[in-house]
Amino acid sequence: MKAIKGVEVSIAASVAAKLAKVEVIAAYPITPQTHIVEHLADLVADGELDAVYINVESEHSAMSACCGSSAAGARTFTSTSAQGMELMHEILFIASGMRLPIVMASVNRALSAPLSIWGDHSDVMAARDTGWIMLFCENGQEVVDAIIMAFKIAEDKRVFLPLMVNLDGFSLSHVIEPIDFPSQEEVDAFLPPYDPIYTLHPDKPVTMGAYAMPELYTEAKYAQEMAIRNSKVVVKEVMEEYGKKFGRHYNIVETYNIDKADVIFVALGSVGENIKTAIDSLKDQGKEAGLVQLRLFRPFPAEEILAAVKGVKNIAVIERVMPAGAPNGPLFQEISTVVHMSGAEVSMTNYIVGLGGRDVLPEDFEDIYNDIVSGKNSELQDEKNFTVIGVRA
Amino acid sequence: MAKPMDKYKWHELNVGCVIEEVGNASEYKTGDWRSQKPVWSDSKCIKCGVCWLFCPDAAIYRTEDELYRTNLNYCKGCGICARECKPAAITMVEDER
Ligand code: SF4
Ligand code: SF4
Repeated sequence: MKAIKGVEVSIAASVAAKLAKVEVIAAYPITPQTHIVEHLADLVADGELDAVYINVESEHSAMSACCGSSAAGARTFTSTSAQGMELMHEILFIASGMRLPIVMASVNRALSAPLSIWGDHSDVMAARDTGWIMLFCENGQEVVDAIIMAFKIAEDKRVFLPLMVNLDGFSLSHVIEPIDFPSQEEVDAFLPPYDPIYTLHPDKPVTMGAYAMPELYTEAKYAQEMAIRNSKVVVKEVMEEYGKKFGRHYNIVETYNIDKADVIFVALGSVGENIKTAIDSLKDQGKEAGLVQLRLFRPFPAEEILAAVKGVKNIAVIERVMPAGAPNGPLFQEISTVVHMSGAEVSMTNYIVGLGGRDVLPEDFEDIYNDIVSGKNSELQDEKNFTVIGVRA
Repeated sequence: MAKPMDKYKWHELNVGCVIEEVGNASEYKTGDWRSQKPVWSDSKCIKCGVCWLFCPDAAIYRTEDELYRTNLNYCKGCGICARECKPAAITMVEDER
């Protein structure tokens, strides 16, 4: 039997990066990402990982150094959270536009102000259109598996795009979970060394990041758009191969109890486990709810979502970000775009939960289910498009 | 580039728009932007090379008789050379084209 170890998920994430044999890490410590980069620094300092750890003075520099090292042909890893991701924001576009397969563990955290170090999705939602492939993890095992898969996806010659592995700050990053680590030999057999198309090398000089005139910018952006759109096929292939090799099977969209459900929840990240607990409890009361969970958020898996919610009467979209004057939250807007453009007649509701680390309990989802089935949510929706769970009025 | 940039289709671009032929910036003639051009008074010139050093477009070159001139394909007419020339050997004149 395999050894399953109890490990803090952040430490497990850095072990996954080590198993992926990263060659350069450039990162600036920021809560709640800190343990990931601290442990990587230890691994490098102790000679357990043959990589260069670049100490930088900010996340802007961290992502810039990552672009440089990836362009030079090194397998590159970084990690950030919240304000750090905002400080990287400008360079996130450069990494994707230059098609550099950097992998980042993004430990999701609320944005200031007010200052909060706790988890929600404000950071990643602000960066959702930076051209990065985005995976979301539900538990620690998924984080480890996603980081190993991430390099294989990002470095595929059909893709060549940076990839963010999102995990919830504290509620995932700082908990100890049982983790099944693959062996180095298994990972080596799955993940070949990075084979770049172009590198910054004096023997074969090239120009990277050049200026594009209006005559060319549209074509350049369209090429990038097609690359991220078409990367979905590669994500699926890599997940399938990973399942065959390691016995843990992943899909870009996961479903739970959707067949008879009156209400389907759609969610991202670790909140999925609480929703599943709520679904089980509702089932015991003779009520049927289901869950559609997006492991892949960019590119947006529209067809897979449509297939999962086909024929359902109620969709409740759960998200952890305040929409900031938008008609609804970002996930809701995207789901409702694909659902309504498909012509499906379905009632959709949007719930904002768990802002800045506020607890989200299984009972909250049972309440949401009961409100929707009893028609109470339509009263709430007269006042506003979305409902914020737990706000004291 | 192998062909004019407005002839490229999106799928013909290199991944990340990498340019494989280095030094092709010379094909991009920035001199079109110019409204003024430098004119040298060779008698005032002390051949210090400061204009050559300061030209942001590296458009100034030294002739075989050790005089200074600008390549009008790249001179933007910014006037930096004229400003930096201590003996005032350079005058900016309107470039009628
Ligand atoms: S700066 Fe003036 S003096 Fe010096 S080389 Fe140029 S033109 Fe001649
Ligand atoms: S005007 Fe400007 S661009 Fe032209 S030669 Fe002088 S310094 Fe160079």
